[in-house]
Amino acid sequence: MILNVITYICIAIGCFFNMLAAVGLHRFPDVYTRLHAGTKCTTFGSIFLIVAVVIQSVSVWVAEGLSSPQSILTLHAVIALVAILLTNPTSAHAIGRAAHRSGVKPARAVVDDLEKEKP
Amino acid sequence: MWLPVAVFLAVCIFIVLVRLFLGPTQPDRLVGLDTLNTIVVVTMVILGVAFKEVIYIDVGIVYALLSFVTTLFIAKYIEKGKF
Repeated sequence: MILNVITYICIAIGCFFNMLAAVGLHRFPDVYTRLHAGTKCTTFGSIFLIVAVVIQSVSVWVAEGLSSPQSILTLHAVIALVAILLTNPTSAHAIGRAAHRSGVKPARAVVDDLEKEKP
Repeated sequence: MWLPVAVFLAVCIFIVLVRLFLGPTQPDRLVGLDTLNTIVVVTMVILGVAFKEVIYIDVGIVYALLSFVTTLFIAKYIEKGKF
């Protein structure tokens, strides 16, 4: 019973942060702040949603034992989480670098120190 | 229990899709695409748990890796103007 409560809390946190990412893409003014909203919030939200999946399968394991079909499903969900955790920050870094080198300035920017570092 | 979560994430996908169509510059659209890819992967995992089908989650893993390569290539294209 306590596992169900924890599952619902994790689902609520995950859905809230995914919604924050979707809303933040519309509320922020330029590329870099949108990148901040769109990448970090979805990573955090997906961590909590997949943790909810794992906790729910723990409650299945308590009832049926480790050999239930839920085990394979949970293992694959964790592999999907690892894929997200490895690829999402890397692609965010690539997008930020590409945006700056293609000449998109931050909104209301006064000083751009990265401009001097250009090869 | 899991199906309403998938529906909620689908609504989030549509909100992100509006930014992908509106986005004033090219990197804006790319940010929208990247966010959309992550939410789609999580939605596939949730759908797999909801219907108890492992194949949905496998599709999600492959989608995550392929969308990563896609994002890197589009970022390289935006950066240099050519591949």
